Amino acid sequence: MITRPKPQKNRLRRTMMFMNAQKPGLIKDAYIYGSDSIILDLEDAVAENQKDAARFSLYHTLKTIDYGDTEVIVRINGLDTPHWQEDIRCVVAGGADGIRIAKCESAKDVKTVEEHALAAEREFGVEEGRTLIMAALESPKGIMNAYEIVTASPRMFGCAISGGDFRKSMHVQIVKGGIEMLAARGQMLLAARAAGVQCFDTMYPNIDDMEGFKAEVSQNREMGFDGKSVVNPKQIQFVHETFAPTKKEIAYAEKLIRSFNEQVDAGVGVYTVDGKMVDIPFFEDAKRILALARACGVYDGDL
Amino acid sequence: MEIQKPGIAGTLESSDVQVSVEPLAHGIELSIESSVMNQYGRQIKATVLKTLERLGVKNGKIVVIDKGALECTLNARVECAVFRSAGASEKNIPWGGIVK
Repeated sequence: MITRPKPQKNRLRRTMMFMNAQKPGLIKDAYIYGSDSIILDLEDAVAENQKDAARFSLYHTLKTIDYGDTEVIVRINGLDTPHWQEDIRCVVAGGADGIRIAKCESAKDVKTVEEHALAAEREFGVEEGRTLIMAALESPKGIMNAYEIVTASPRMFGCAISGGDFRKSMHVQIVKGGIEMLAARGQMLLAARAAGVQCFDTMYPNIDDMEGFKAEVSQNREMGFDGKSVVNPKQIQFVHETFAPTKKEIAYAEKLIRSFNEQVDAGVGVYTVDGKMVDIPFFEDAKRILALARACGVYDGDL
Repeated sequence: MEIQKPGIAGTLESSDVQVSVEPLAHGIELSIESSVMNQYGRQIKATVLKTLERLGVKNGKIVVIDKGALECTLNARVECAVFRSAGASEKNIPWGGIVK
């Protein structure tokens, strides 16, 4: 029987791969593809009359299959369905790392899930507060309430926009360049950064359009996302490469930190590196870049 | 638990197993069909009987059609079929109790 290590709120989450919790052929070796997190889905991927069977399958998967370092999140059914309460009992009893709240629209939604997660932790003798929460924002209301949602619980580690439902509610289609979701992505990113949690972009549904996929991933990184949902293993590698700091960024960060230490010793606050003015916020960002580079496996320096 | 009405769980997809149960007056009648019968037939039988015992099922006709499922999948399908046959599969499942 598998007991997973205590989940970490802050960890590398460049890719979250969705898997139908009801399909044994998929979930038994989901970890071999190397995504940072997997999301075992009890919601849309599972037919309405198979919700019970999916839970039995999920419970045994969580208890038997060793996912190693891969984070295991479960997407539960919406709070407007008759399924979510048993979903939470199953997820907590099975010892998953976290719960993804589908169609999250308010702080109240988060608090409701938190309450039930706590009750389940008590019922099943799981450490209180162990089960993390993330929110999927799928509607204009969810986006408008992003900040209250991501600050509603100490268990909250991040939020993700869910493009399929969101685009439908905005009467738009997926557009090259992403203008149809620009405002929503921007608002969600602001809320997540203001709250100090992570922020993830939606999955790219056209699996065969790698060019469109790559353009979207690059834009995600430029906008400041921490990661992206993926629906096919072949999407993983490009996301990991794109979200890792480049050699140039790493070299600059190293140079900045080294010079900063020297300047501090000499009593200087603001100075220039390679002709660019830098001060303390640059130093903090350089540390973040090196930490990320190390986590991505592209840096093994001593800073 | 008691098998009160016919119950079925699982599919015939690869790596899955379909388990159906129906009431029987006396004892367990188990039939197994598997794509890996020669290698794993005995193990499948042992797992199903162990799971039924854990659930406290004493009587029932059980049909297992295996498509190369892992043991954890077989467990999940047997449990779900039995809970469905007792009309108790939707909520308040004893996770970590008789389901484990």
